[in-house]
Amino acid sequence: MTDALLELQDVAITYATRGGEVEAIRRLSLRLEPDEALGLVGESGCGKSTVALSIVRYLGRTGRIARGRILFEGRDLATVGDAELRALRGRRIAMVYQDPMASLNPVMTVGRQLMEVPMIHDGAGADAARRRALAMLGEVKLSDPEAVMDRYPHQLSGGQQQRIVIAMALIAEPALLIMDEPTTGLDVTVEAAVLDLVRELRRRHRSAIVFISHNLGTVARVCDRIGVMYRGELVEDGPVRRIFSDPRHPYTRGLLDCLPTLGRDKRHAPLVPIPGHLESSSSRPSGCGFAARCVHVEPARCTVGPIPLAPIDGDAGHRAACVRAAELPVWSRRRAEAPAAGAAVASTALVATEHLGKLYRPRRGLFGRRRPGVRALSDVDLAAGRRQTLAIVGESGCGKSTLAKVLAGIEVASEGRVSLDGVEIGGLGIDARDRRLKRKLQMVFQNPDSTLNPSHTVGYAIGRALRRLRGGAPADAAAGVARLLEVVKLSPAMAGRRPRQLSGGEKQRVAIARALAGDPDVIVADEPVSALDVSVQAAIVNLLAELQAARGTTLIFISHDLAVVRYLADHVAVMYLGAVAEFGPVERVFAPPWHPYTEALLSAVPVPDPDAVGGRIVLEGAVPRATERPRGCPFATRCPRKVGAVCDDTPPPVQRLADGHRLVCHIPAAELQRLQRMIAGP
Amino acid sequence: MARFAAKHCAFLLLTLSVVSFLVFALNEFSPGAVARKELGAYATQEQVELLTRQLGLDRPLLVRYADYVGKVARGDLGYSARFKAPVTGVIWKHLRNTGLLAALAFACIVPFSMLLGIAAGMRESSRLDRAILIFSTVMASIPEFALGVFLASVFVVWLGWLPGTATLVAGGGWSVGAQLVLPVAVVVLFDSGYVISMIRASMVEVMQRPYIRTAVLKGLPFRAVILRHAVRNAMITPITVILLQINYLVAGVVVVETVFAYPGFGRMMLEAALFKDIALVEAGALVAVSLAVVTNILGDAAYMLLDPRIRA
Repeated sequence: MTDALLELQDVAITYATRGGEVEAIRRLSLRLEPDEALGLVGESGCGKSTVALSIVRYLGRTGRIARGRILFEGRDLATVGDAELRALRGRRIAMVYQDPMASLNPVMTVGRQLMEVPMIHDGAGADAARRRALAMLGEVKLSDPEAVMDRYPHQLSGGQQQRIVIAMALIAEPALLIMDEPTTGLDVTVEAAVLDLVRELRRRHRSAIVFISHNLGTVARVCDRIGVMYRGELVEDGPVRRIFSDPRHPYTRGLLDCLPTLGRDKRHAPLVPIPGHLESSSSRPSGCGFAARCVHVEPARCTVGPIPLAPIDGDAGHRAACVRAAELPVWSRRRAEAPAAGAAVASTALVATEHLGKLYRPRRGLFGRRRPGVRALSDVDLAAGRRQTLAIVGESGCGKSTLAKVLAGIEVASEGRVSLDGVEIGGLGIDARDRRLKRKLQMVFQNPDSTLNPSHTVGYAIGRALRRLRGGAPADAAAGVARLLEVVKLSPAMAGRRPRQLSGGEKQRVAIARALAGDPDVIVADEPVSALDVSVQAAIVNLLAELQAARGTTLIFISHDLAVVRYLADHVAVMYLGAVAEFGPVERVFAPPWHPYTEALLSAVPVPDPDAVGGRIVLEGAVPRATERPRGCPFATRCPRKVGAVCDDTPPPVQRLADGHRLVCHIPAAELQRLQRMIAGP
Repeated sequence: MARFAAKHCAFLLLTLSVVSFLVFALNEFSPGAVARKELGAYATQEQVELLTRQLGLDRPLLVRYADYVGKVARGDLGYSARFKAPVTGVIWKHLRNTGLLAALAFACIVPFSMLLGIAAGMRESSRLDRAILIFSTVMASIPEFALGVFLASVFVVWLGWLPGTATLVAGGGWSVGAQLVLPVAVVVLFDSGYVISMIRASMVEVMQRPYIRTAVLKGLPFRAVILRHAVRNAMITPITVILLQINYLVAGVVVVETVFAYPGFGRMMLEAALFKDIALVEAGALVAVSLAVVTNILGDAAYMLLDPRIRA
């Protein structure tokens, strides 16, 4: 066996808190060979970021490596001196972070931030450093590197910023690159481009990678090996193909089962959430940390003593920390029986928009000049029937949230009509809507942390919504709160808790319960699961589907995640720059012929399958600013299937296909179908 | 940049006209009051009415205000009843004295506060941080007069190193320089306490930002992390507040000026108000307001200079 580049031996990491020392990493061993890419996956709180930061010994004032050794090129990082550590950081071990905007100094040009690295590590002069920075910017495929050097971070898009951070990490040719959720928060098309770049640079620079992500799909795209973490321990590791085809730990299986993919929908392959939730690491039982949530648990064997990560017979390099690893049934992606809910029947539209437009006119300052307005929505025609889910997808800035705001009355339409159950509401702000209208349409937001008042109890928040929307005596409210909590599968005892005592998933359930207080006909959910872990996301998505089946609620589901949309939606609208590019029943939209933009979005979705192939389309460039809308097709500037000047100059026609499927493109649908068949495969 | 200047100049003029009108109106609203203030409590009603007519004070308020604005525009600020001299000269003399005190104090406050604030904030809850925090809190909470009296009793009464008054007249064997030490020291200590805690708080926040982590993990020495990446970011929030200290230093150091008998602007305004010296109060208010607006503009400009994000 060759010498490992990085080796963690029985590492334990603790954080000092007011309640004493808390073990974030319990006992972790792993090896990384030179130019190998290891993915670490797990849900929030599993310790994966702590592992990353311990490798660069950046654990803050409260964290410490309590036990074990972290060997990098043979040296123990836990004990090297400060000067030696500084020489390693940035030079031999570099890091790429989750939020590129926050990771770059806002008051320094990106050029200077890049040049710093060769200047401190190699003693390069300013000119030499500048040349290296320019070359590196070319390698990360930023156009016009000279101009980019003089920009400040806020003048770049999220994807460009992350390329800068990657360039900064690779400029010193490190032996080890640590990437901590490098694509979380980026749009799916940008994510795909960044992941492609990482794969390419990896081949060229031969750096080893530790790639941390909660998303199994992104890990599958980049890594050779995967380690699955749960509660501060590695529960399974092995070659990426083995993990995806034959997961041996019940937690890994649970993660895969609750992951929506482009092939699953709520009627054919429901998501299976992992029961229970991640307990805090202080109340750790002896034995398997996952036992309390495991469907295969055998208390007599699982909870008696520590369970080591053991090799699996006949499967080289694959290890699992489960006493039953060898005896578990063969895993296949679960396809549970379909729920009883009937198929979506086309019904009259409960919510519909016609030629809806929204123009933001900037307010004129006292001395300011008038600037052009920003067109957030233009000519949006959509409809959703009772008991149906209409999903709206698109990259950030496509107008999907503006649409939600207009529906909810936070903004009013500037053109066109919006009808709710026959009543025109496009011009009615929330204050102009009477209680009956408000009851009919309620909203659930992305981040439950910021929508629940931290100083109010859950019971108060829901009770208030009940009183405002239903009226009635406060005495009835308590019973109403308990009933609503039960509907969202929370214990009625939760009514006395405050938001900070709840987990992310529980908070989102409370937000849903609050939206249900008025027994609405329509729920508008704006990215309701994007801030949640996959297992929690599965439970919330299922909850929404069940509520819809039981109550006949219409759901307008806004999301950037195509897999979730595929799973939950009956109808899908794909939006780009405020306009609808494609609309139709979910099976139609997700099958050829696709609008070229839909095609690009679909091909960008990271598939949790290392063998997934297909003609992938990577979109170049960024979404144009809303103030610089192209004259013709809004997508023309980035479209890989652009046919010519007609795309730039003439707005594309709406092509109406079967089942109300609409496609806004110059290329005839039949031609698109022919082109896309060739790459879509079976 | 031209737009920035034009916008702020317009704002300055607007503020000045509003404030001057308010001060004018408050002081002169009732026609009899001005003459009564001029003549004192023992004048007869006839004398008051005569003066009122002579001064044209029986005309409508707006007419008199227009008249006043016209005079001010020509540089005529009126005659000070208290100092028996034209207001312009009186104000100029006191403003110069205060300017000296303020400039010396400001030149000490900024580097002193930055040094301590940054040293404290760069390692939150270290021993150094706690020591500086205690120092700044104590300094900011002792009232100025107590601090003045305390320093005076130590250095004047007990040690006899410094004079107890700062009249800026080189008499009594003390140079003007020596006279300035105590007033400047009191102002600096009192004001720094506040500015240090502002800078420290901002620095603590900046040190927790991800870009500081990026800088550390690039392998930069701690010193470079602080100087190159932290300081400029940490100064963005406090910079406006620091520039606003100029207002306090010019118009607000009444207590210190009184304690040390310093012939400054703050004490002049106090005397003018007590003496009902209307012309001087009005002119003084105009000066103070202009200064406040100018420091605000400076604050905005400094803010733009430090933070490229708002330059656009």
